[in-house]
Amino acid sequence: MNAPLAPANGGCRTAPVLKERGQREVFCGLTGIIWLHRKMQDAFFLVVGSRTCAHLLQSAAGVMIFAEPRFGTAILEETDLAGMADAQVEIDRVVEQLLARRPDIRQLFLVGSCPSEVIKIDLHKAAERLSAKHAPHVRILNYSGSGIETTFTEGEDAALACMVPVLPETDARQLLVVGALPDVVEDQMLGLLKAMGIETVTCLPAQRIDGETGVGPNTVFALAQPFLGETHAALERRGARHLPAPMPFGDEGTTAWLHAIATEFGVSEEVFAAVTDAPRARARKAIAQASEHLRGKSIFFFPDSQLEIPLARFLTRECGMTAIEVGSPYIHDAIHGPDLDLLPAGPQISEGQDVEKQLDRARAARADLTVCGLGLANPLEAEGLATKWAIELVFTPVHFYEQAGDLAGLFSRPLRRKSLLKLEAAE
Amino acid sequence: MKLTVWTYEGPPHVGAMRVATAMKGLHYVLHAPQGDTYADLLFTMIERRNHRPPVSYTTFQARDLGADTANLFKTACKEAVERFDPQAIIVGASCTAELIQDDPGGMAETMDLGIPVIPLELPSYQRKENFGADETLFQIVRTLAQPQERTSRISCNILGPTALGFRARDNVEEITGLLSELGVQVNVVAPLNATPADIARLPAAHFNVLLYPETGEAAARWLEKTHDQSYTSVLPIGVGGTRDFIAEIARLSGKPVARDESRLRLPWWSSSVDSTYLTGKRVFLFGDGSHVMAMARVARDEMGFEVVGMGCYNREMARPLRAMAKDYGVAPLITDDYLEVEAAIEAAAPEMILGTQMERHIGKRLGIPCAVISAPVHVQDFPARYSPVMGFEGANVLFDTLIHPLVMGLEEHLLAMFREDFEFHDAAGPSHHGAKAQARVDSADASGGSLPAKMKDNGVPLPDAVTDENVVWLSDAERELKKIPFFVRGKARRNTETFAIEKGINQISVETLYEAKAHYAR
Repeated sequence: MNAPLAPANGGCRTAPVLKERGQREVFCGLTGIIWLHRKMQDAFFLVVGSRTCAHLLQSAAGVMIFAEPRFGTAILEETDLAGMADAQVEIDRVVEQLLARRPDIRQLFLVGSCPSEVIKIDLHKAAERLSAKHAPHVRILNYSGSGIETTFTEGEDAALACMVPVLPETDARQLLVVGALPDVVEDQMLGLLKAMGIETVTCLPAQRIDGETGVGPNTVFALAQPFLGETHAALERRGARHLPAPMPFGDEGTTAWLHAIATEFGVSEEVFAAVTDAPRARARKAIAQASEHLRGKSIFFFPDSQLEIPLARFLTRECGMTAIEVGSPYIHDAIHGPDLDLLPAGPQISEGQDVEKQLDRARAARADLTVCGLGLANPLEAEGLATKWAIELVFTPVHFYEQAGDLAGLFSRPLRRKSLLKLEAAE
Repeated sequence: MKLTVWTYEGPPHVGAMRVATAMKGLHYVLHAPQGDTYADLLFTMIERRNHRPPVSYTTFQARDLGADTANLFKTACKEAVERFDPQAIIVGASCTAELIQDDPGGMAETMDLGIPVIPLELPSYQRKENFGADETLFQIVRTLAQPQERTSRISCNILGPTALGFRARDNVEEITGLLSELGVQVNVVAPLNATPADIARLPAAHFNVLLYPETGEAAARWLEKTHDQSYTSVLPIGVGGTRDFIAEIARLSGKPVARDESRLRLPWWSSSVDSTYLTGKRVFLFGDGSHVMAMARVARDEMGFEVVGMGCYNREMARPLRAMAKDYGVAPLITDDYLEVEAAIEAAAPEMILGTQMERHIGKRLGIPCAVISAPVHVQDFPARYSPVMGFEGANVLFDTLIHPLVMGLEEHLLAMFREDFEFHDAAGPSHHGAKAQARVDSADASGGSLPAKMKDNGVPLPDAVTDENVVWLSDAERELKKIPFFVRGKARRNTETFAIEKGINQISVETLYEAKAHYAR
């Protein structure tokens, strides 16, 4: 009774996917730093890149300016482009400067960018060398957040994947929950699992390097975010086993996600119901209220974060919306499959982007609500389309039961606002 | 390599975007990797434009690196021209594309697109945003301007206002009005709202008004050399600046002008006794060179402040700014490192900062009032209301802008002095502000948890009906409440308590908190 019913008309798992290439209106993976550095409180993210990279981070960080932010850019200069031998020396110098300034830093990520990848600066070598030098106080890792290789949330994937090989080996029977979640959401999740009697639960990323857990053949892992393809593969290489499940959005998603874990750990249906019945009822009630303006409305998703498919599943099944197109930058069958199974057939599923063609489709569809990035939102509003800007869904607590009403509210607010504003003359 | 946290300027191709977005009928084809479209949101969000910037990106990815990127560029170029039908295109490379050496200019020129193609060479690893804008406008003007007769009436061009320019929209309106009062017609404003056809008409003007030297000087110089048009050297910022500007217009237009100061209020406002307390206020100025120099004069000569420091982030203005700083008896600060600016401000210990949004944050951190006088600025400095900083109305705007933080500063000071006073306790906030000032967040716990239990988050005692002695927060729930962001925590607390009383619950648990949350879900 806890397994969600597959849609009568079949799901979308086998639906034909429109694959497009062309201009993409998306962020690069460097953007992941903005929320990852808040989660990992002893980490510093040093981008090796150009002024463009620094400018992007600053634009994306917006008002999130801190006295001492834990990210920065080593901006490549003319002299760095001339000779490759210097690059490693330069990185050492910048890292020394940084660590002297910030002795509280325990993990340092050297983050590759388009310029550093194109001129092939070996950040892996730099990370190994610097790790040896600064061990045991500071661990230095590297990953690429470049636009040529990663899209938006894939930056988090790349960061977590680079941590997997250095996690300590363990034989303990344990659950590893993967994906950076807001603290309040993480606590709720741990509370629910604990109430079911599942005690050995750890998170990747952990808040601090010391709190980090190991991985091994008796580890099972659940993904709390859908954009973790590389991390999924890296964990499997370490012998851990994935628990496939829909993403924990809404009542259904959260229940199915928890149920997959409960089944794995042999939790009885009675205990499961005792733990989840009350929060489920609350979630359903909150969703019902918050989705009042969503019922019967259509929605169009531009690709952004890979959250699109599970969100479309939540909005269609639990809020009564109809999806017209669900665009995702990438689709991984192993990860998005369970959500695609539940998404009622009908919408065009698209992977990748040719933004001009997709805009033509969005204009033709004139959905009641269009989910897109900030570069498109105001221009589409000016064309009379109501929009919901997608990046908010990555920053705001939206997972699990207690946030289910808020999640629906994020989508209903633009529609409520559109109906509230009366800007024409009274006559 | 240079370790950087915040940057005052973007890369040069963002400067080119500022010119392209300012113009109409022009399209920019930018050879750039996936992700560089982030710059679009500067225009759609900060400036709140209702259209996408006219920029097509080639969006090359790792798998394209090889021979394919050149073809991607050609396809993007062809499709952009077909779809947008521009009068001219500018083409160039972003920092990554500069490394792969595809030569967008050369490729576009061989494509026979039937419209002028303007190639841009913007060295991303040496120069920055302002250079990019200046150079782009220069290349556009150089390619498109046509020799022609002067207009029969005295006319001028206004050069330099771009998209994302500090108060560019209203400055252009104010200065156009001012020039019209002086009997000078505006021929073309460029690049803001100009088409390539308008650019062709630039040489018809008698002279040029260089409103933004950072973004218009190269074009102004070229027009002077090639089309014999002089350009203005004074920025019409402040009373003195505007009067000097008017005198310069009289000289350039060759006829006497009568200025109308009937709407100018700064001199009286500044002379009135209410302003006496402004005398000798120590101010620190930082921003782009032009605005800092113009504002230093306003600060010292028109507001009666003492200038205790000045600097700029754009090296292009280093020389004149150094000369001026010497005049003002302060050490000039030429840097694009905000940590150096912060250190200089800390050392100078001013009572007010005039700067960019970075200085606003520095001011917040150091507890020093700040007014924003220069780009880079955030969304609140692209206001809906008319707010030029140039001309006589601009002077009025500046007076208000410069004193408001100080009035609040004084008020804050009073609040701090009478902290223990029941009317001036910490959470009371400034009197003329609807919202209360948030106490500074010094630690993870910003809950105001030390307030007496019977106070609400805004420090006001709860009315009797709600202060039911029986309703208590269990410690778990209190802890959970603190996880909610401080700016909505008060509302959450209130809602939960109201909910609890309605339901007759006298102990608020985590469960109650979430029951209430679900109850009020919207």
